[in-house]
Amino acid sequence: MRRLEMILSRLVWFVPTMAGLVVIVFLISNVIPTDPVKVLLGENATPAQIEAMRVKLGYDQPLWVQLARHFHDIVSGNLGTSIYSQRPISEDLATRLPATLELTLTAIIVSVALGIPLGVISALKRNSLLDHILRVVSVSGLAIAAFWLALLLQFFFAMKLGVAPLNSRIDGFGPTPVTGLMIIDSMLDWDMESLHSALSHIALPALTLALPAAATIVRFTRAGVLDVINSNHVLYQRAMGLPPGLIVWKYVLRNALISTVTQIGLIFGVLVTNAVIVETVFDWPGMGTFAVQSILQSDHKAIIGFTIWIGALIVIVNLLVDITHSFIDPRGSR
Amino acid sequence: MTALLSVEDLSLGFATEAGFASVLDRVSLSIERGQVLGLVGESGCGKTTLARAILGVLPRETARITGGRVLFRGTDLLTADPASVNQTIRGRAITFVPQDPFTSFNPVFTVGDQIMEILKWKSPRAAELPGRRWLPAVVARYPAERQRADVDAVLELLDTVQLPRPKQLLRKYPHELSGGQRQRLMIAMALLPGPDLVIADEPTTALDVTIQAQILGLIRRLATERNVAVLLTTHDLGAAYEICDAVNVMYAGQDVESAPVDRFFASPAHPYTTKLLASLPDANGTASGIPGEVPGLITPPGGCRFHPRCERADGPCREARPPVDQLGAGHWVRCYHPHRDAP
Repeated sequence: MRRLEMILSRLVWFVPTMAGLVVIVFLISNVIPTDPVKVLLGENATPAQIEAMRVKLGYDQPLWVQLARHFHDIVSGNLGTSIYSQRPISEDLATRLPATLELTLTAIIVSVALGIPLGVISALKRNSLLDHILRVVSVSGLAIAAFWLALLLQFFFAMKLGVAPLNSRIDGFGPTPVTGLMIIDSMLDWDMESLHSALSHIALPALTLALPAAATIVRFTRAGVLDVINSNHVLYQRAMGLPPGLIVWKYVLRNALISTVTQIGLIFGVLVTNAVIVETVFDWPGMGTFAVQSILQSDHKAIIGFTIWIGALIVIVNLLVDITHSFIDPRGSR
Repeated sequence: MTALLSVEDLSLGFATEAGFASVLDRVSLSIERGQVLGLVGESGCGKTTLARAILGVLPRETARITGGRVLFRGTDLLTADPASVNQTIRGRAITFVPQDPFTSFNPVFTVGDQIMEILKWKSPRAAELPGRRWLPAVVARYPAERQRADVDAVLELLDTVQLPRPKQLLRKYPHELSGGQRQRLMIAMALLPGPDLVIADEPTTALDVTIQAQILGLIRRLATERNVAVLLTTHDLGAAYEICDAVNVMYAGQDVESAPVDRFFASPAHPYTTKLLASLPDANGTASGIPGEVPGLITPPGGCRFHPRCERADGPCREARPPVDQLGAGHWVRCYHPHRDAP
């Protein structure tokens, strides 16, 4: 079973991947020219106070000792305490994870639902007006910075037209938390008012994230379909008179999706990066806003904690992508 | 008796960067019911294009048909309603064995899935499924009772084409099978809908020499047993000699000669045909080529396209295409100066 082998080897690689990630993030956050102790104590602290706090937090130790302590803490399951909120970092992240998951998953679903059909259609109607329009839109979708698109959408839909709320996840108290995903929870509660509110709140931030992702998917699907449509097995099925729609949407698409699915793993990484910005613009209470606060406060442990969680998330998503890939393309897995 | 398929004066070409390439120039051929016809010529002579024109799978953007008819059972496939040709002719009455069995299966579906897909739409046990497009075609139902009958037919035919352990075979992906197995499957798929005509486009070119003979023998046997006509394109005169009833020769997009197989090899009439046969290695293993080169098709030679390489050519050969000259029963040639010194 090649599939099982692949999953196991991924799990084994998870540990060194994470260790490397921690080292890099630790070094980068120490290069940033701000002193976390000074930020914490404020402008009026005396040098003696600063020194005492430095010793208390362990910042007087050499770098490698600090790093070793970090590793020790992480391995024992303790990401440390946020020096700002004074709460365990894992706890902070856990309360914010569902918001980020809901946002990024919605964005992925929207971008796949838009990107794949549009990619197929633009390949079938290549060099038509529709294809040209889609090309312009998808190139701009890739070129526009997320924060700019977010502001534009806010300005137009929330402030000018008033059809969508400006920020936050939901109005009122929201549904009973079960999964932490507002859309799912309000459906579980059969609370249509909450569902409507959750959907209208997520619309703009999810769209901001989904547009560049959809643009990538359109381009890869289009290229994949064009690649497959001239192959001999398509010629064979056409010569045997199978319905053209069947050939395209079942056989050609399955082949074309092989490269698109691989892309979705990479797209998810970009999506999470953009989510940090988009969450901040839309005041979305997810891990991205937490990361921004931590960076502004030079909260090293919180930054590393965030990175580990996001790193793990991306590794898991890529594993899921590879499993999906092995089902779409059975050649490698038997 | 009217022919099962007759191609009449078919002309077509492709738009290329360098200009319009005239790939077929007033080509005709006809096949009787149950006849195995070899369409012989060098690479690039237009035989595959002719096969694709009959199947209706020429590249839409570049190919342009400039004249002629493709009559199948009296209907012109070029002017008939495309949707109805797709449903009732293609894959049912006319089926296809492709050149390359390695790339003609979709690599990510099992061969069983692909065979059953053909039968779902083209089974002889089914009334025609209505022409469905887009999503409805993808989710169309396969009636369970007919599916069982179709599976039985598949298993029986796989046995006939000498593929052992058919049930296991159907669960495999194309890359898990050998070239010979795949081409046997292709032949089975071509016969399952119960066609009148199978178009086999160089079906053995991609295979090992030892397998080639087996596949050719299989095609011949099944054509005779099932009274199916076969149009076999090949550049291999030996293959044509082995299994064909009659042979058509093409040169640079023109048809030059047609004859029953014994007359073709005994008394070839066209200068190109004689040179082609003479170019085969003799008993001593020495082979002679034909002087000159195959002409380009953007600006082909006028008249008979073989005239620049023909020592018999004179004025009329350069001016106008020679008309059909009947030499005997089923034997015609397009030449002003054919070899008539045949026995």
